[in-house]
Amino acid sequence: MFTAKIKITLRKTILDPQGKTVEHSLKSLGYDKISNTRIGKYIEFKLDVNSKEEATVIVEESCRRLLSNPVMEDYEFEITQNGAA
Amino acid sequence: MNAKVGIVVFPGSNCDHDAYYVFKELIKADTKFLWHKEGNIGDRNIIILPGGFSYGDYLRCGAISRFSQIMQDVVRFANKGGIVIGICNGFQILCESGLLPGTLMRNANLKFICKTVSLKVENNKSIFTSNYGIKEDINIPIAHGEGNYFCDEDTLTDLISNNRILFRYNDNPNGSIYDIAGIQNVKRNVLGMMPHPERVSDSTLGNTDGFRLLRGVAESIM
Repeated sequence: MFTAKIKITLRKTILDPQGKTVEHSLKSLGYDKISNTRIGKYIEFKLDVNSKEEATVIVEESCRRLLSNPVMEDYEFEITQNGAA
Repeated sequence: MNAKVGIVVFPGSNCDHDAYYVFKELIKADTKFLWHKEGNIGDRNIIILPGGFSYGDYLRCGAISRFSQIMQDVVRFANKGGIVIGICNGFQILCESGLLPGTLMRNANLKFICKTVSLKVENNKSIFTSNYGIKEDINIPIAHGEGNYFCDEDTLTDLISNNRILFRYNDNPNGSIYDIAGIQNVKRNVLGMMPHPERVSDSTLGNTDGFRLLRGVAESIM
């Protein structure tokens, strides 16, 4: 078993009004060193496959086909083997 | 009239009955609902993807609906030149399914906006806009949280130079690039728009600016 941890973010060139609003709120709390706040999605699932390569192919394809929209989003992921160090 | 209209119903569609009413009762067209689990669109020659919140807008608006059973057949139908109109959530589904370019992002002000807006008819040489004058101003309501149209520069250039933009906002409510409110595909048989023409079709409601669009499409089927 493997676990995939996927992060989906708005592409860097796209304005993130939600991130801007949250940053404004953080600043009003006094955290004035914070900048470039971006808000994204986190998706996690398990894969019942035999190798990390096999898992990577499936995760890559699912990110491309469903989990992200390439017009406005980027994705990155991490795959770990369950029980492994 | 030979129009056979199919209104696709997804779990969470909520403008399906409005669209049905306009085609069935006002235009007097043969009109049917098509449940999303139906494998094909049957004998329908106009497909409407109505507004609403299909699949709860989970993941992204339209992202899940795009893979529903009936959409496979809608895509096949559209690629063969069949008429498809996506309104609001329907527009989002058309973008997700690749029948139209670009995407609809969260409104720039992060608010759900429900109000009547003024649109300019950019191109009246389409089956969707033949009942309007060129550059005519019309009033059609919007009701969406994700109507901020976005596409890359090459796509925008293509939309402009090939007259694929049919409607633009006179006073951009949601941050859409180039004030885009509605576009058509390359073959000019697929329309996606955020404003709701079905909500301004019955004269009882005081405005029929949307009726001219829907009636024109029905009448385009000989």
